[in-house]
Amino acid sequence: MGRVLRYLLVGVGALVMLFPFGWAVITSITPSDAVLAVPPDFTPDGASLDAYGRLLETLPFWRIVLNSAWIGAASTTLQLVTSAMAAYAFARLPFPGRGGLFAVYLATLMMPLPVLVVPLFIEMRAFNLVDTYFALLAPTIASAFGVFLLRQAINQVPREFDEAAVLDGAGHFRIFLYVVLPLIRPALATFAIFGFMASWNSYLWPLIIIKSPEFMTLPLGLATLHGQFTTQWDVVMAGSVVSVVPILILYVFAQKHVIASVAQSGLK
Amino acid sequence: MSVQQARPAARAGAPVAHAGPKRRRGWRYAGTVALFLLPSLVPLTLYTLIPMAGSFWTSLHEWDLITDMRWVGLGNYAELVGDPDTQAAFLHTLYFIAGYLPLVYVGGLGLAVLLNRAMPARGLLRGVYFLPVITSWVVVALMWKWLLNPASGIVNWALGLVGVSGPGWWTDPDWAMPSIILASAWKDLGFVMIILLAGLQAIPREYQEAAMVDGATAWRRFRHITLPLLSPSTFFVVVISLINGFQVFDQVQIMTGGGPGGATQVVVSQIYDLTFRYGRAGAASALSWLLFALVLLVTIVQIRGQKRWVTYG
Repeated sequence: MGRVLRYLLVGVGALVMLFPFGWAVITSITPSDAVLAVPPDFTPDGASLDAYGRLLETLPFWRIVLNSAWIGAASTTLQLVTSAMAAYAFARLPFPGRGGLFAVYLATLMMPLPVLVVPLFIEMRAFNLVDTYFALLAPTIASAFGVFLLRQAINQVPREFDEAAVLDGAGHFRIFLYVVLPLIRPALATFAIFGFMASWNSYLWPLIIIKSPEFMTLPLGLATLHGQFTTQWDVVMAGSVVSVVPILILYVFAQKHVIASVAQSGLK
Repeated sequence: MSVQQARPAARAGAPVAHAGPKRRRGWRYAGTVALFLLPSLVPLTLYTLIPMAGSFWTSLHEWDLITDMRWVGLGNYAELVGDPDTQAAFLHTLYFIAGYLPLVYVGGLGLAVLLNRAMPARGLLRGVYFLPVITSWVVVALMWKWLLNPASGIVNWALGLVGVSGPGWWTDPDWAMPSIILASAWKDLGFVMIILLAGLQAIPREYQEAAMVDGATAWRRFRHITLPLLSPSTFFVVVISLINGFQVFDQVQIMTGGGPGGATQVVVSQIYDLTFRYGRAGAASALSWLLFALVLLVTIVQIRGQKRWVTYG
């Protein structure tokens, strides 16, 4: 295949990937009375940040951004801690029934979210937890996937390292903290990035469990905004732009690492 | 690096290695095990295992989420199997998969082949193609709904420039599913590309070179060397895409809400509506288990059938 044709195809493809983002930005700064105009204006006259202002008036938008951020951080941290500890037990602490219990963990991985959301909603309702931060966070405290991924990583750590620590008088907690964790840092980073992205982008569970705007996360807030103002595309696009920017910044810094881990683990 | 080098040694010393912490048993040891396990086991039990059991129990009842549950045994399952709405939901889901999978695979394969060879800014291009993968479904669906807006959308405007009168996209029952398929393929293209690119890079160059010496054309080399050696990656893409495809929901909910006129009502939309619109939690739970059984069956069939077409090594 000719080199020119190859570059052309890849270049056009890249434009197709970028265009919707660019168009969202342009729409968000177009004056609202010109948004629906045909033909569309690529360089809108009187461009303004007005739509961003209305975004803040319509929803407690900063609070929603903040919710997404702290829920993402909390869920990632909790998952890292609980998964790494369980992974250590499954890799390094033999006990009767360990294989069976690990199989139970793996089996939960296969459960599709739709199977869980209805009973989970009922469970939360029974404890009066509907429309709370706790309900948003609770199902993400443990991650069977994280246990699986980190156990694989811990199995790669040579046992000689543990033994050296044992000879120095270290117990399991010190081995876990000072020997194993530093050695599985790449796996922890991979898991942290995907955990944060999953939380930041999650929609189905918040949709079911959250009703009040002050507990909403970004995807739900955006969907609500869209439901309220079907025609106010400038505001909806402004919200989309705001919600993409933080994950974009994270991505720019972690891009190589993200792509390498996707290639290895098949996550997304 | 040191970890890699130490691995053979670890294997050789394995019997001795177990003599360490393993031997210390008793209550203290049990306490240690519990301490490491409970932080994940407790939430996993509360928020996954109990709901799983609860879902199955609910599926055996008629329940509107308010009044008392009424035992119906397998009644919900029997009803769903013969229910036209359920059948339609499965058909719509299959329609989605049948459109989405070929599109995303062929597109992803094309991109992977193009980007497999050195070119300027290759890393940047890969990053650009991957951008939609990290973007939330809600944002992607909203952006596409706006692009595909029948009256004011830029896609129909562009089609108009070349003399084509664009369809009603998500407002037209015939075009609503294609709209969702288009947006979904656009979002996941980069994911498929990265997986296939990793597969391509694992194919030794010597194979291609040997075939070139034998005078094989580029197409024959692709058909008889690249594709068979890429089959493990292809297999992975197909398995993952089917598992996710059967659970399609976010983009449908945002773009069409299952409409117009139920044209894009997929299985998960149906589960959602049964629970929260029709107050039929039992039927919804039964449907979610039917979906799970189908996904499991399809995955097992694929794993069994992979010997026929997947070449390892």
